[in-house]
Amino acid sequence: MEIELRVNGKEQRSRVEPRLLLVHYLRDELSLTGTHIGCETSICGACTVLMDGKAVKSCTVLAVQANGSEITTIEGLAATAHGNGGLHPVQEGFWEKHGLQCGYCTPGMILAATALLESNASPSETEIRHAIQGNLCRCTGYQNIVAAIDYAAKKMKKQKSR
Amino acid sequence: MARANAKKKRVVAKHRKPAKKKKLAPRKPVAMVTKPVAEIEPSLPPHQPKAANALESLSTPSRKFVGMPMKRKEDPRLIQGLAHYVDDIQMTGMVYACVVRSPYAHAKIKSVDMSKARTAPGVVAVLTGEDTRGVIGDVICAAVLPDMKPATRPMLAVDKVRFVGEPVAVVVASDRYAARDAVDLVEVDYDPLPAVVDPEKAITKDSTLLYEQNGDNISFQWHLEGGDVANAFKEADRVVQCRMVNQRLIPVAMEPRGVVADYKPGEKKLTVWSSTQIPHTLRTLLAAVLKMPEYSVHVITPEVGGGFGSKLNMYAEEALVAYLAMQLLKPVKWIETRRENFQNTIHGRDEINYAEFAVKRDGKILGMRWRILADLGAYYQLLTPLIPTLTGLMACGCYKIPAVKLDITGVLTNKMATDAYRGAGRPEATYFIERMMDVIAAELKIDPLEVRRRNFPQPSEFPYTTPTGVTYDSADYQKCLEKALNISNYTQLRKDQAAARKQGRYVGIGISTYVEICAMGPSVAMAGGGWESATVRIEPSGVVNVLTGASPHGQGQETSFAQIAADMLGISPQDVEITHGDTATVPYGIGTFGSRGTAVGGTAMYRALEKLRDKLAKIAAHALGVPPESLAFDDYKIHVKSDPTKSMKYGEAVGAAYAAKTLPPGMDPGLDVTHFFEPSNFTFPFGSHVCVVEVDPETGEIDLQKYFAVDDCGNVINPLLVDGQVHGGIVQSIGQALFEETVYDEQGQLITGELTDYAIPRASDIPHLVTGRTVTPSPVNPMGVKGVGEAGTIGATPALVNALVDALSPLGVTHVDLPLKREKIWQVMRKARNNGAAKPN
Repeated sequence: MEIELRVNGKEQRSRVEPRLLLVHYLRDELSLTGTHIGCETSICGACTVLMDGKAVKSCTVLAVQANGSEITTIEGLAATAHGNGGLHPVQEGFWEKHGLQCGYCTPGMILAATALLESNASPSETEIRHAIQGNLCRCTGYQNIVAAIDYAAKKMKKQKSR
Repeated sequence: MARANAKKKRVVAKHRKPAKKKKLAPRKPVAMVTKPVAEIEPSLPPHQPKAANALESLSTPSRKFVGMPMKRKEDPRLIQGLAHYVDDIQMTGMVYACVVRSPYAHAKIKSVDMSKARTAPGVVAVLTGEDTRGVIGDVICAAVLPDMKPATRPMLAVDKVRFVGEPVAVVVASDRYAARDAVDLVEVDYDPLPAVVDPEKAITKDSTLLYEQNGDNISFQWHLEGGDVANAFKEADRVVQCRMVNQRLIPVAMEPRGVVADYKPGEKKLTVWSSTQIPHTLRTLLAAVLKMPEYSVHVITPEVGGGFGSKLNMYAEEALVAYLAMQLLKPVKWIETRRENFQNTIHGRDEINYAEFAVKRDGKILGMRWRILADLGAYYQLLTPLIPTLTGLMACGCYKIPAVKLDITGVLTNKMATDAYRGAGRPEATYFIERMMDVIAAELKIDPLEVRRRNFPQPSEFPYTTPTGVTYDSADYQKCLEKALNISNYTQLRKDQAAARKQGRYVGIGISTYVEICAMGPSVAMAGGGWESATVRIEPSGVVNVLTGASPHGQGQETSFAQIAADMLGISPQDVEITHGDTATVPYGIGTFGSRGTAVGGTAMYRALEKLRDKLAKIAAHALGVPPESLAFDDYKIHVKSDPTKSMKYGEAVGAAYAAKTLPPGMDPGLDVTHFFEPSNFTFPFGSHVCVVEVDPETGEIDLQKYFAVDDCGNVINPLLVDGQVHGGIVQSIGQALFEETVYDEQGQLITGELTDYAIPRASDIPHLVTGRTVTPSPVNPMGVKGVGEAGTIGATPALVNALVDALSPLGVTHVDLPLKREKIWQVMRKARNNGAAKPN
């Protein structure tokens, strides 16, 4: 089947097998290997991408279902960040607060956090912990991830108010 | 499962609606390449932004870096999706391997029919046990205990399978999906046998045998005795007994295992990319089982998505994929699914401990007799039999126990092998001794803090040797415990608890004081070597290239090692590059496990840096006409300590070593030093953890309200990284205490076979962790550092169970086995209430 979609702001047109998973399409067809696979049952969240602005687990979405959608993966996140070419505030927060160790869950965690901050600009610690409940991490114990998202929320609020 | 189905329904509904055709901008004509090639930016794939420039220029003034919470140098690639894990490796002509695994826990293999699979679309090769028997060696176990019975695992099962998930055959195809389809076409005829699952039944006479020739299911018996045990029990006022379980766990690194292999027959060069913690050891083991010279095997460790001990091994798939690459002369890739990771990657813990403690009425411990039954699974992996012996070595915990008798029995069952999982033997020891301290306190009606204080050795008694023959390097358990009580405001916690009990609420406070053995370790006490290597090379431009034998995979040593090097040479960490994980560039190294990275790997680099510093000092001293000892390194200058104006630029001294025209007489050119560091002892970090829980009597749910941890890992290179290791360890330990359990049913089927059934902690399950630190430097290495990676998994589990039992003590509860799941707690409370225990006063 032919699909047509926009990934990280770039138009893609591909012929895919109906059963091809979106995560494999992104990784193997488009070489966007920043999105990771940690399980086959949509529990761990390492494969989280933004699909039409919503955080979605791409290991249980078929590539054909993404037809006509706008996908943002970790590689494209910085470009969406209010113009400054460097890093998205959430990426910066993870770096500042040591919100990662092995980095395998980090892309999914960052995109889940980005989706959270779109809908809730100043989440409490409990709201943050609840929002990333679908993203498992085995290295950090989550504490610095929560601090990183809190840092990003504050920075984005300051940017908006300027 | 409800969570997963809900997601599927929402997504499927979207699929049925006809996709709205968005108007996309008309395709732009492909721009003709007009710019000369030199100006075209080096080709990052177009949609990937340039990496944020994390590197400041060479001239950043040097400041003191060791001890600073420096942001990590590893992070820019990781937070932008620019790092490459093994599954990210894509090579032309790559084919994909998929493994056929046994659905039975114990069965004879009558036949393996690959005919349908061999001719399936896209299939390029198939492999069975018959093809590999005698061709590839067996899985290697490096930890052989005296008169240990054989339980060697073939790469592919031949006559018999002994656990669910054991590889029986391999199918290789042109893409992942075709390989996966072909696996279903392989027909294996099994003759099922009764499964041996319960370790306590496995050692009885009439149990089914895993290995007929062994005569029983006992792998080894390991005895250790120190001090006069008989006398201790004679003089005891009371003997306190208990049986406690340390349940089997699954490490669940977020990145499942994976291997890519490629063979070039002309150069006779086999390259293996593997998600491993021990690249060089893997290379040696692969060369052995593939019967190849080591110089023909090149192991590369890409980015590794967590290990926790689960990648401290040579697995069958690593050898099979390498063999297939050599047969097919095509790159072969195998990536583990999560279900395979649960079934066929090492498990952790799994001990039953029985003990008798000889105690005085005042809580003083005179001696203990301890029996450990360790469930090793069906086959040995690299260090399987060694792990329970570590439990034995640390049996005394942080207490002066004059007499100890230990009998450890390793038993074989139809399960995956256990091996090192974060803590590896020591969490079991600390869990048991710290629980026993509370059980003793409750039985003697003494404050558990008093029982601990009464048995601590004094700081002056260090280095302190225990009856198990281990010498703790340095410690101050009293100070650490006081600090934990202080930051947790312990007296107030007890007041709040009393008030809560008056309202009929079940609140508990748990304490644990632990010491652990890590920074593995003197070679005499190790299965392989215990040393670590480092080559430090100062390039002509002055930047420093460190090649470490350690294999960090999240620990942050690309940053902490750079901090050490920067302070040593008076330059910036930004000008230090740490290279690891490539056996073609890095000198032979042991790897990363047992919290040894900084204490052993860091010291190897430290010693090499010292030699380079001395050489530069001699070069500058020769130029300035001063003695080398009078010079200091700071801010890219080598200057006389007493007169900073008398100095030589660091860059000039480096240049002199390469220009080799103004060298002191007899000095060789170049700035390249390799050092192999052999530690004289392990290091023994310690700590005290305090936590507060409340139990909901209606549901048995435990609300972990507060957690305080004070850990002492000697001097700290980067506090940000140490806190991160402590947080991660504590949360894995909370997982063991409250959520995680590996369950095999009587047929040996792995019931907890997916992340839907095996609940590792989520962000919402964890309270804010309050961490503190005391610093007792270690005399074992020049930096005075100890290990910290496994501290959290060692301290937290006993604190949590102590808190739960404390909460239920008004009901007369004295012990609850791990894990503290809701239904179990609810049952325990209901039973206790039915026995007419008093309501909490």
